[in-house]
Amino acid sequence: MKVDRVLVEGSAVGELLILDEPVSFWGGVSSESGLIVDPLHPQVGVSVSNRILAMPHAKGSSGTSSALVELLRVGKGPAGIVLGVGDSMLTVGSLVARSLYEVSCPIVVADLCDGASGEWRIQGETLEGSAL
Amino acid sequence: MNLSGFDQATLNGDQGEAAQFAMELVVDVAESQSATDLVDIEQAHIDGCLLHGQALLDFAEYLVARGASVVVPTTLNVSSLDLLHPDLYRGDADTARKARRLMDAYVEMDCAPTWTCAPYQLASRPGFGQQIAWGESNAIVFANSVLGARTNRYGDFMDICCALTGRAPFVGLHTDAGRRGTVHIDLRVDEGMIDGEIMYPILGHLIGKLVGQSIPVITGLDSRATEDRLKALGAAAASSGTVGMFHAVGVTPEAETLDLALGGRSPERTVLVGVDELGDARGDLDSEPGPLGAVSVGTPHMSLAEITEVANLASGRSTTVPFYINTSRDVVDRCVATGLDIDLQTFGATVVTDTCTYVTSIMEPVSGDVMTNSGKWAYYAPANLGVGVALGSLADCVESAIAGRRVTTGHWS
Repeated sequence: MKVDRVLVEGSAVGELLILDEPVSFWGGVSSESGLIVDPLHPQVGVSVSNRILAMPHAKGSSGTSSALVELLRVGKGPAGIVLGVGDSMLTVGSLVARSLYEVSCPIVVADLCDGASGEWRIQGETLEGSAL
Repeated sequence: MNLSGFDQATLNGDQGEAAQFAMELVVDVAESQSATDLVDIEQAHIDGCLLHGQALLDFAEYLVARGASVVVPTTLNVSSLDLLHPDLYRGDADTARKARRLMDAYVEMDCAPTWTCAPYQLASRPGFGQQIAWGESNAIVFANSVLGARTNRYGDFMDICCALTGRAPFVGLHTDAGRRGTVHIDLRVDEGMIDGEIMYPILGHLIGKLVGQSIPVITGLDSRATEDRLKALGAAAASSGTVGMFHAVGVTPEAETLDLALGGRSPERTVLVGVDELGDARGDLDSEPGPLGAVSVGTPHMSLAEITEVANLASGRSTTVPFYINTSRDVVDRCVATGLDIDLQTFGATVVTDTCTYVTSIMEPVSGDVMTNSGKWAYYAPANLGVGVALGSLADCVESAIAGRRVTTGHWS
């Protein structure tokens, strides 16, 4: 995987969760359990907590930012997020959670080409786009 | 990233701690969007004053504690409480206290307590070409499409940071290139449907599903698409999709011709929309018909023209089911000035201000479906409130309320 851009710096370690379809944090993920609750999502019932979430693009409404902050506030948020396309709503959510609650959730845009899984490391040093 | 002297000074803390924090967020987001410049904005509309989660309150209080004050005229969206009619609130006291604290925090930041999702119905609405930073999906799509003002889709946190700095990332709908339509919606329906109002929210709902985040260009509408009808269309499109702007050729200000709306290029795709496609879309907004439990109109908030129409349609008769009218305190003031409030009392309507029946606990327990003229309400209420919905024109809503059962007219009745 090649990181194109770092949206929110930081480092994160977690089990990779590749989402077959984007999930909306607002309404699609329970802010109490961290589980995907969207009944139409193929991975409904799977937890995003402390995982490195990879999805092709973000999804959802203007409630996305606050929904991500709420998840991070209660400690049920993802460890980090890898997106195929940049997203300002998730960026705002991660930045606000860092300021308010000192919770880190780095976000990068990367070339999501294959279904490789395992432990990934996302580092602020990748700002210039070096490979992970 | 090209930053002005003002931007740099704000980042250095010259405008205070809250402005410094806000500018950092604006710059970080601009970088995440690959923006190279920021743009001055002339006004803002804040969606973050509706309580959904502790984080929103923590954030507002974080800013207030650091001396936050907006630097451009800023209006406030609906909240969770109706401050003019507090007895209507049916939720728990703890939520109400937090909701009130959140509202107070934004007023402390010098935002105007307008509490409306239709800031384009206020005298302060922006004009053609003005750069603004608005939250609330229906307001965003109306500002861009109908007024020709320019805003991206701002959400919680980011909207107030733009208001505290007067700056926004210069990308997307703020730029000429970002406003070009890409999907042609070729509407082919008979005159009766263009004349009636029921088609507009259904068309919006269908367009949202068809285009997602793209900018649609609709052909086939004309001057019968009034502001209130375009409001209904845009609100529905911004609910089923993430539409931030649409063009309607011959109707909206940046769409004199199809070619102009498309920026001189060919559309990525053309979708033919006829009565069959609209009929399928209507099915999404109608539950299995059951008894009528209540009526809720005014999502987005009703205009004075729409309330006048309710009074005229009722013409002295009374509703037999709870009939909720969501509107702004500004419109209520104008109703009082014209005596319309007396007509609404005679009709037996419950006027809800500052909030909306689908976002907070206002409605009495309903046995039966709720009829609405709003595609947006019909889209969200089944999940938010657990009620069945029936979509009808404003006239259908009033006649149904008087009859105590579903009365629908027009093509799909």
